[in-house]
Amino acid sequence: MKSENYIKLEFPSRSANEALARSAVAAFAAQLDPTLDELGDIRTAVSEAVTNAIVHAYPDTVGTVWLRARILDGEYLELTVRDKGRGIPDVDQARQPLFTTGGDERSGMGFTIMESFMDKLRVRSSPGAGTTVTMLRRIRRRR
Amino acid sequence: MKVYSAYHEGRLTIYLQGELDQHEIRRSIASIEGLLDDYLPRDCVLDLGGLSFMDSSGIALILKLHRRITGSGGRIWVENAAAQPLRVLDASGIDRIVNIRVPREVV
Repeated sequence: MKSENYIKLEFPSRSANEALARSAVAAFAAQLDPTLDELGDIRTAVSEAVTNAIVHAYPDTVGTVWLRARILDGEYLELTVRDKGRGIPDVDQARQPLFTTGGDERSGMGFTIMESFMDKLRVRSSPGAGTTVTMLRRIRRRR
Repeated sequence: MKVYSAYHEGRLTIYLQGELDQHEIRRSIASIEGLLDDYLPRDCVLDLGGLSFMDSSGIALILKLHRRITGSGGRIWVENAAAQPLRVLDASGIDRIVNIRVPREVV
């Protein structure tokens, strides 16, 4: 797939940056002329991925979160959220609905929502080294 | 995120306004628990009409509220959610546990 435009954002894993991350991606994605529903889905998926990095990758420390958004082939938005945190020991288990290690302030629905709002979701993680979440969503051109 | 409330004959209506994410969740849960402690309502209505964004943090908040209200024998409804919060509610399947009313009806 041909990359036509991208943004990269780097920020400390502070929860105040969740709103910044989804706003930045929404502003970038606007050039694909998404519908309001599509934009809502993208903002939600960004929020979930960035929250996971903030809450789970760096539970007791402030680390760095890297976010990249790319436009591919003129109609795909690819999002990559990467951290160098503690990693996920069992990715399949973490992707199960309602699974959480985050206590009762987390619902365990983050990956479920990312999966249902984006067309593709890939999670790569190494315990102790970090996690990379890559998501793809097609934004069909409107005539 | 702002939290407002109205109490009438055993029913507390809680209005959420703004964006609800993990950054806001702790403070929001604390204010809502404060309201529940003050009013000790039987039933609770969570009005999401003023919420312009909600992620899965909102699901955690609703589940927590649901446990507390139904634990003391009360009932809880979620109503007035706009398109984006409604898609999150739908994707989570929480409507199997909590009554989601759309659009607003007279309770």
